[in-house]
Parts: sequence; structure tokens; C-alpha cells
Amino acid sequence: MSYIGKPKFQHPQLETNELGLTRRDYEGAFTTLCAGCGHDSISAAIIQATAEMSLPPHRVAKISGIGCSSKIPAYFLSKSHSFNSVHGRMPSVATGANLANKELHYLGISGDGDSASIGLGQFCHIVRRRINMLYIIANNGTYGLTKGQLSATADLGSKTKFGEESLFDNIDMATLAIELGASFVARSFSGDKKQLIPLIQAGLTHKGFAFIDIVSPCVTFNNTDASAQGYKNTWENYVALSEIDFVPMREEITTSYDAGKEKEITLHDGSVIRLHKTGMNYDPYDKENALHHINQYKKQGKIATGLLYINQSTSDYHELQDTVDKPFNTLTQHDLCPGSEVLADINNTFR
Amino acid sequence: MPELIKSSKVKTITRVNDFIIKFANVNGSGSASANKLFAKSVFRMGIPVSPNNIFPSNIQGLPTWYEVRISDAGYLGRRQGIDFMVVMNEQTVNSDIASVVPGGYVLYDSSKALSAELIRDDVQYLGIPLKDICLREFDNPAQRQLFKNIVYVGALSAFLNIDFRILTSMVGEQFRGKEKLILPNIHALELGHQYAKENFSCPLGLRLKTSNKTKNKILIDGNTAIGLGCVYGGATIGAWYPLTPSTSVVDSFGKYCKRLRIDPGTGKKKYTIVQAEDELAAIGIAIGAGWMGARAFTATSGPGLSLMQEFLGLAYFAEVPLVLFDIQRVGPSTGMPTRTQQGDLLACAYASHGDTKHVLLFPSSPTECFEFAARAFDIADRLQSPVIVMSDLELGMNEQICDPLNWDDKHEYDRGKVLNASQLEEIEKFGRYLDVDGDGITYRTYPGTHPDLGSYFTRGSSHNPYAAYTEDGDVYADMMDRLALKLKTALKYIPEPEVSGGGKNKLGLMYFGSTSMAIQEVRDSLNKKGIKFDTLRVRSFPFHPAVGEFLECHELTYVIEQNRDAQLKSLLKIECNANNDKMQSILSYNGVLVSAQRIERDILNSMQSLENSGEIPA
Repeated sequence: MSYIGKPKFQHPQLETNELGLTRRDYEGAFTTLCAGCGHDSISAAIIQATAEMSLPPHRVAKISGIGCSSKIPAYFLSKSHSFNSVHGRMPSVATGANLANKELHYLGISGDGDSASIGLGQFCHIVRRRINMLYIIANNGTYGLTKGQLSATADLGSKTKFGEESLFDNIDMATLAIELGASFVARSFSGDKKQLIPLIQAGLTHKGFAFIDIVSPCVTFNNTDASAQGYKNTWENYVALSEIDFVPMREEITTSYDAGKEKEITLHDGSVIRLHKTGMNYDPYDKENALHHINQYKKQGKIATGLLYINQSTSDYHELQDTVDKPFNTLTQHDLCPGSEVLADINNTFR
Repeated sequence: MPELIKSSKVKTITRVNDFIIKFANVNGSGSASANKLFAKSVFRMGIPVSPNNIFPSNIQGLPTWYEVRISDAGYLGRRQGIDFMVVMNEQTVNSDIASVVPGGYVLYDSSKALSAELIRDDVQYLGIPLKDICLREFDNPAQRQLFKNIVYVGALSAFLNIDFRILTSMVGEQFRGKEKLILPNIHALELGHQYAKENFSCPLGLRLKTSNKTKNKILIDGNTAIGLGCVYGGATIGAWYPLTPSTSVVDSFGKYCKRLRIDPGTGKKKYTIVQAEDELAAIGIAIGAGWMGARAFTATSGPGLSLMQEFLGLAYFAEVPLVLFDIQRVGPSTGMPTRTQQGDLLACAYASHGDTKHVLLFPSSPTECFEFAARAFDIADRLQSPVIVMSDLELGMNEQICDPLNWDDKHEYDRGKVLNASQLEEIEKFGRYLDVDGDGITYRTYPGTHPDLGSYFTRGSSHNPYAAYTEDGDVYADMMDRLALKLKTALKYIPEPEVSGGGKNKLGLMYFGSTSMAIQEVRDSLNKKGIKFDTLRVRSFPFHPAVGEFLECHELTYVIEQNRDAQLKSLLKIECNANNDKMQSILSYNGVLVSAQRIERDILNSMQSLENSGEIPA
């Protein structure tokens, strides 16, 4: 970690996006994580992804739980409001915030301890509730802040720095999310910016519950040759089911599209996800097929990555509940309070 | 016709508008609506009535009782002794009949003869062949079962002199829109009425007489009033996990939202109710919504309250508005889920680890349940802190006579210190936790307000006035001192205690919440014995200075509460530095509302022992 304050200096020719903002406008405080931590790459990817797609930073709400992963909202989007809540409970806080104002972009940041152990129940239920948000798990298979205990996502047989071996089967958060009805499920690797950035952009644009499980190695406690979530294992066994590009709605599509080699997914706002086939003709619309692929690769010791599953025909919580168009937090007393005359009528029903 | 039990020698009770009638039923048998019909008909005759549902934590088959106190004097608390018993449950018939006072009455189903050991020679038996009548008159098996309850209400109308037109008009109101049900119900009422008239000398000595004591009053339960208070207070989000006895708070909120919170143009909802996966999520959702600037609440009872502790600490420390309704039941642990207690006081006052303190409101009637529920949202927004409204099963789930619910159209919601975009541009520098006004309450912004200004990092970890993480002990201590100051500022916004007696007396009586139902009766009864005292009803925590002053200026104050460990008295000692020798506890914790007789007995015993020891405050 660094004790040096973050310089405010910026290059005068720094590129601006459609909002006239530079990358600096999407950054946060200086990281306090260990040098080489996968989580810092995730922060960088979020900064680049949101800057490129010209997301207004103040229209993003960042919500996290507790742990190394949950600290990272401090390191990006300093113009966004952020809520670092309690351990394993980010999903409920994010749910409440989303119910109160459906117009913001919600970015939930959690870790494998936060979501797969103490918060597994809340994770399952926010998926069921179909909250419109992007939920990211920075998955390193270990508890960093308490110094290196195994987590529930560590593969069977995975070993920590201290030689402790995982004796139990792991919980695969991506297959769990697919089973529970998440409508956008991806897996990626903090070290693969090229894949991660378009996935973040697509996840933020997708209407409904989007989930990305990001393998993010813990350099301090879980990065040995026998660590399933370590750099070595991930680089060696990482398989992309397809290569992905994200084309925002506002951008004119100029690159050529080869229907034989590419698949286009148009999101609700007109943005496009373009999947380049990698020889296996993977169909992300097919739930059973997605689960099958992930499990087959797992049997071979491989990690299937990319856009694993997408379903654009589901409704989000607000649509299912038929809430008014205006966000609840803008409704006034005039909108909400029935007044004394109505109360007099109600009183009469109790006489 | 089965033989009527002859008990002509019994000297039966003769009393008008002052008795207790108890219905012993099997739960799930459809008795509840018939019993409510009875109680409301008494209310409509202008006679004060206080029904109490004593029910098991079960769906079908176990004993349940409905006890109705009728009191022209307006005493709404419980009273010992049953004057009239309706026995409809074979499981409990022995003890039910045994509980009737000498000279009382027992209404039973005489389709089957009562066994000999159930015959007392000091009560009057009123046999109505309920089963036989229903078999004869109704074809539908469900109706044959359900209408037994309506038939006994009809019989009671003859025995007790209930205005029959009131009953028929209530049936009409109840089944409005389901006209097919009106006639058979009225028929069942008439069958009971007719049978009683033909076979007994009606009305009995124990009877009702039309009065005018319920004019301008309503009959409503506390949880229904709280749900309505949430609608009026502007709540848009209710998040909860089902738990007796808090469930009907959210049921009521939903019921009235369906009527009052649908946008007329689009038919869309201006509210949402989330049945969460557990209480942890329920309170988390309310906190997330409060942070985002919508009014949100959760409702729970003991076990749920225990689960919510961690989040209560977060809302206190991160300063997020939150309204929590705790409908107390008997603890610890699962305790007695369907019985009442005031046992969560200490668990709420300082809920969560570390130094915390929370605003508590104590309504004592459905009218106040409504008022405090609506007001809680203003207080929570103003203080940016949790507000816990503490009701209990007695107040929450039983209908009570009370003043109508009141809303002042001139009242404007207090959304507290919230900066909008232009205000953010005007101020020099925004500090989320910077005490600009010196009252401990700082300014906040809703997420998404301004492109460049006013964003901050909300966290449960230690933070400085600009919401940045800090491990600087002095900065932390300053923050904790400011939070303490904020809870002092709270006194400007929370309800003051209700004091009576003008401080003339040497004896004081202090109480809160549902205990209030017994107090008028205690006062009248002791006054008759020449014992006078001033009273103070605590309505909120932290305590107003008047609470400590009351203890100070009385030689002895009886602190009445419904828990084992004298939790209110403990709080008084901690918060008011009250002298323990000037307080005497009166405690009741058997799960039923404390009765006036019990309070009076304990006061008299205490005074006697003080007198014996020469310490009586003469």
C-alpha cells in the first residue's frame, strides 16, 4: 500500500468522453490494497469501462459489504455516492437503495467471503428479486483482511500460502446465479482487461440483475502454485467461451460484422454486445447449455469465462411490482399523504 | 329436546354494562369473526368494550379464548373473574367452567348433555343445541360448523339484551358485495335469538343497556393504526419478515396502500412491500432506502429484533434514517409468541455493540400508534438515526376503544437537513459529518444530486467530518461526542411525558405503553381508599428532564412495567441518575396484560410493608 497522496495533476491533452470528462473524473482515492492485488485491476477496469461509456459518475451508486473487495469502491468513481455496509449484507442495502430510486446505476461490489459465506442467503435472494444492478464478486478464494483463511469458493484441494488445503467442494457463484434466475451472468479474470471491460459495460447496461464473478488473485495469501484462484492456475486454465466487444448505443457501428463468426446481442438501450466465436459456437441464451459448459470445463480443471448466460426477456423488480415512473425518493407529501378528509372516512369504518 | 339443567336455586349476578364475558373456542373454527361481531355490537350500543384475543401459536385445533370486558366506567384493562362463559371447546371445558365466578353464567352446546362433573351448583347453565340447530337448518357442511358461532351470538343478543338491529346491520356491512351470505347469517342469528327467548327468561340479570359512552370513539387495533400511520407519514417502502405479533402492521400498510397509494392516472403503485428472506435483509432494505432518501420501515418482534442489532448499530453510526416497529412479545428466545410483554426496552435503548443509543417511542393507544408511526418518519429524517416505535402484542393485536385517528393537514413532513444541488453550490465545503449548526445533526445529500458536489462515502467504520476513514482516536472520540449531543437534541423532537396530578402528591406512579390501559381503574380504586398519587406516562426515550424531575419531587414512585427485570427502572437509574430508594417496581410478566387489581394489590402490599417499617410517605 502507498502512503503518498494522490496527485491531482492531469495532462492537458487527456482524452475526454462524450460528457467532456476525462479518466481522472472516474478515479477514486489511492488504493490501500497490497501491490499486485487483483482487486486493483478490477478498479482500473471499472474506471475505464465507465469513462469509455460516458456514464455520469454521480448517477452511479456503489454499494459494498465488508472485506478487501468491499474496500475498492473507495478507489474508483469518487463523484459517486458509496455505501460500505456490513458483512454479507450488501444485497439488502442495494435492494433498498434501488427501490428508493430506480434511475441510478447500481454497482454492487462484494467478495467471496462476503457473498458465498456470510451473505449467501442475501445473494440468492437479490438474484430472485431481479434488482436492476451489476453485482461483482472479486473472487480470490481467501479471507484477506483476517489473513488467509480459505473461503467457500476455493476449489476442492486448493491450498493457501500456509499449506491449508480445501477439504470441501466449492460454491460456484456463477452457476448458482444462473440457477436462481440471474439474467446476465459472466465470469472473468482481473488480469484480462480486454474481456473484463466490455463485460462490465454490458453488465451496467443490461436491464435486470447482472452478475460477474471475477477471479482476482490475492497476492499475499492465496497465490501459490496450488491456489485455484492464484495467477498461475488462472492464466494456465482460463478458457474464454467467446471474445466480447461492447458497442455503446451512441457509437456508430463501423467495424464489420461477420454473421458466421460473430453473434450480436442488442441490449434494451440499443447498445450491442458482440461475441466473437472461438471455435466452440457457444450459445449464451441457453441456460442448460451454459451450466453444462461450465461444469465440463471445471471437470478438466479449467475455468470457463466470458458471457456465460444472458436472458433479455425478464422484467426487473420495479416492472414486476408495477411501481410509478417517478423514483420514490422524489415523491412529495402531496403525492403520498391522503389527508384528513380521507382519514375521517377511515375512522368511520371503525365505528 | 335435551333436558335443561335446573339451577333455579343459583343466585345469579345482576349487573348492567359491567361484566366480563369469555368465549372458549377451538382455533381455526371460524369463531373469531363471530366474537368480533359480538364485541362491536356492544361498542355500537355506546358501551365501552375491551376485547382480548388469547390465542395459541398454531393454525388449527388448539384452544383459543376471546375475553371481552364491558365497563360503563370505561376501564379497558384486564380484570380477574369471568361472569359469563361461552364454552365451545371440549379440551378446556373443565377449567373454563371452573373459572366462572359464583353466580355467573355458562352458555354451552346442549346437543350433547354436559357430563356430571361439569355441573356446578353455583352457576347458571344456558344450554343451546347449537349443533342440532345447525344440522337441521343448513345443508352445507362448512356452514353447519361456522354458523354454530353465529347462533350463539344470536342467543347472546337475547340473553344480554343486544339491539338485534345493530347485529343485522353489521352483518350487512360485513358481507357487502357478497349478498348471498347476508341472509343465512341473519337467519343463524335469529335461530339463536329465538331459541333463547323461548326457553329462558330473557334478558338475564347480567345485561346491557344502550349508553352514550362510545360517542366519537373508534374501535381499532394498534397494528392497523401503525400501518395507516406509515401511509400518512409518507413511507413508500415496507420491508419485513413475517413474525407474530408484528405481521399485521405490514398487512395494514398493504391494505391501505392498495386503496390510497395507487396513481390514479396510470394505476401504478406509489409504494412497495418486500417480504425479505429474513430480518437481517428486511432492516438492510429499509436502511438502503433511507440512505437514498425514501421513507422506509420494517416491523418485527423479539427474535427479529435480535437479528437486527448489527444493522441498528450501522444506522446509528453511519447516520441513516430508519423507522423500526417492535411489537413486543414474550421473550427470551422464542418465548411465548402469542403473549404480551414489555421486555425489549433495554435491548432497544442501546441496541448493537459499542456505545449506541436509540430514540424509542412508546404509544399507549391505537390513536397514539397512528400518531407516533407517522411522526417517527419525521424524527428519523430530522435526526438521521433509527427510531424504534415500541408497541406490544396487547396493544397491537387487540381492538381498543380510543379517540379517532387524527391528521393535521397543516403539518408538513420534516425531511431534515438535506442539501439540494443549488445549496451545495452555495456552501463553502460540504462535510457529511461536519457539525455546522452545533446541534449534533449534520447535513446530508441524496445520491445523484450534483455532478461534482456532495458525494460521500457512507460507512460503518470510523470516519472524520468529511466521511473519510480514520483511525485517529481523537477524531473518533469527537464523532462519538457529537452523536451523544445529537441524542440530546432529539428531546426537541420526541413526545413529552404525560403528567397528571399537578405534583401535589407525595406518591408517584410511572408507566408506559399498554400498562396505561389499567391506570384509570387503579387511580379510581385507590382514590376511593383515600390514596392519591401523581402519574407520569413515559412516551419516549431518551427521557425528557420532566421524567427525572418527577422522580426527584416525589417521595416514592411506583414504576409499573411488564417485564421481570425492571427494565424501565434500570433505564431511569442509568439515564436520570435516579435514586433507587425513591423507586419501587411493580412488575408483571406472565404474558397477559397487567390488571388494575394486580397493580393495586402490589401498591397496597408495598405501602403496608413500608408502614410496618416506619418509612411510609404519609
